[in-house]
Amino acid sequence: MGMGNGKPPIVEIAHLSKSYRRGSQTIPVLEDITFDIADGEFLALMGPSGSGKSTLLNLIAGIDKADQGTIRVGGVDITSLSDKELAAWRSANVGFIFQFYNLMPVLTAFENVELPLLLTGLSRNERREHVDLALQLVGLSDRVDHYPAQLSGGQQQRVAIARAVVSDPAILVADEPTGDLDRVSAGEILQLMDRLVHEFDKTIIMVTHDPRAAEKARIIRHLEKGILTDSDGQPASPVAGS
Amino acid sequence: MFLLKLIIRNAFRHKLRSALTVVGVAIAILAFGLLRTLVGLWYHGVEASSATRLVTRNAISLVFSLPLSHKDRIRQVPGVQAVSYGNWFGGIYIDEKHFFANYAVEPKSYLDLYPEFVLSPEQKGAFFLDRKGCIVGKRLADTYGWKIGDLITLRGTIFPGQWEFVLRGIYRGAEKSTEERALMFHWDYLNETLKKTMPRRADQVGFYMIGVTKPELAAEVSQAVDGIFRNSLAETLTETEKAFQLGFVAMTEAIMIAIKIVSYVVIVIIMVVAANTMAMTARERIAEYATMKTLGFGWVHIAGVVFGESLVIALSGGLLGVALTFPASHWIETELAQFFPAFPVSMTTIYLDLAAAAMVGTVAGIFPTWRGATIGIADGLRRIG
Ligand SMILES: Nc1ncnc2c1ncn2[C@@H]1O[C@H](COP(=O)(O)OP(=O)(O)O)[C@@H](O)[C@H]1O
Ligand SMILES: [Mg+2]
Repeated sequence: MGMGNGKPPIVEIAHLSKSYRRGSQTIPVLEDITFDIADGEFLALMGPSGSGKSTLLNLIAGIDKADQGTIRVGGVDITSLSDKELAAWRSANVGFIFQFYNLMPVLTAFENVELPLLLTGLSRNERREHVDLALQLVGLSDRVDHYPAQLSGGQQQRVAIARAVVSDPAILVADEPTGDLDRVSAGEILQLMDRLVHEFDKTIIMVTHDPRAAEKARIIRHLEKGILTDSDGQPASPVAGS
Repeated sequence: MFLLKLIIRNAFRHKLRSALTVVGVAIAILAFGLLRTLVGLWYHGVEASSATRLVTRNAISLVFSLPLSHKDRIRQVPGVQAVSYGNWFGGIYIDEKHFFANYAVEPKSYLDLYPEFVLSPEQKGAFFLDRKGCIVGKRLADTYGWKIGDLITLRGTIFPGQWEFVLRGIYRGAEKSTEERALMFHWDYLNETLKKTMPRRADQVGFYMIGVTKPELAAEVSQAVDGIFRNSLAETLTETEKAFQLGFVAMTEAIMIAIKIVSYVVIVIIMVVAANTMAMTARERIAEYATMKTLGFGWVHIAGVVFGESLVIALSGGLLGVALTFPASHWIETELAQFFPAFPVSMTTIYLDLAAAAMVGTVAGIFPTWRGATIGIADGLRRIG
């Protein structure tokens, strides 16, 4: 059974469904998903390719729209927000980590990390402090002026993590964050994510294929053909925590 | 500020691709500017002609002449200040390829009427005194290396024979547009020779040039002059110099219109090429735009980045094109001087160049901007890897 950490849920998902249309055909991707994620949780979402993991993650992170159901994050029903409200909500509440890092190639490490802060009212000096702190956290203080192409994959992913945490969001979503990395780099990234949960009280939702990555997580959920199951393969109980 | 930085860095990210696009736009703008200058030049010749000068010719056709006796009657028309006259000589120097305009004119009245032909007083005096003397424009003299005192022989076509002239003066044009490739000689020399060889053709002039006291009188004077000779054996047609020139220009106007169209076609072609490049570029960056949206940037930001990049590239090309226009026009003035003694690029053309470049950037940017602004985040992110 899915185990909570005793804290109240930060994400509450109820009867979530999503399908895509391909031509005249409708392809169901997520079917009636209901589950909670506790505050401060490190959750791994596993499952075969095409099972809808990314789709679910995108819905929770507010970058895709559900067909049915509600997603409450920190008490806010994000399914009822307009695109504009959603954009503001995302920048305040969610940090993103992607498989291919998604850094802007023409911006330096510093500028990439600074990017989310440009939408806040912070002054240039305040931004600099935040960025320096975030890059220090990921151990890249000596690479501020490097462009992504001048960094290794692992270093790029660390810049991406710095970018994800620089505005101090409560939730981090990571879609296969180690999928493009070698074993050592992947280990470092997972270590870092672990620290973010334990030292900085972040909630992390991570999609992964990698069993070693999943091991780091406190809870593993499986998606199979749009249906959510517990780590033992049984249909998940609708409410997290026993 | 940040967006501007991103736009500039994006614009020159693919060095070769951006360079090729910029050069392409530059060449198109250069061609556009030069073609428009060429067309402008054509009409400029017309505009440069004086509004206070009238030309009287035979009403039937330019090839028929008028009796010299008309001169005194024209002079008596109220509003007429000066009258000169001449013949299109049509002499050939060496062979037909060495074409330049040459006229027989009454020297004193002619140079009074055409102050834009600037001669030193000494040369002017020498020309007046020598019946076989002639004057030529500076550019023409430079072309053949003629010096004062040189003997110039023209083969007559309308007036057969070998005609010899002594170069007595080299004039400069008061303005850039003044014709500096013409030769003028004494009408008396032509007439006296004709009296001996072809008396029937003597005392005939090809055209009268009339100076009026005020430009407003031009229409009135033309009507009065033509009125005097109506129903005579040699009816006249008097028009402003401008209208007279337009008669020459009219037949080539079709060519000018074609050139104008070509100048626009050039812009349309580069527009299509630039649009294709921008679409390709934007397609490659969809995931980046989606990432920015993920971080909370709005469609306005994305639109600004995509559109800005298109404008930066097109305007860089435009500025380069404008910068190249000046050496190109200089090159034309020196290397093609016999066709284009002056090839001045006007300020209007420069503005048109820049407007055309801005339009190329706008049109090329529209579709990618729309794509970038409207792409769904989840869709955009899927395009990676
Ligand atoms: N924009 C889309 N249009 C059509 N089908 C899509 C779209 N996005 C995802 N899908 C389909 O939805 C299913 C789930 O995709 P995804 O969530 O990316 O799976 P996973 O991340 O588990 O590999 C797949 O079959 C995929 O082809
Ligand atoms: Mg996926």
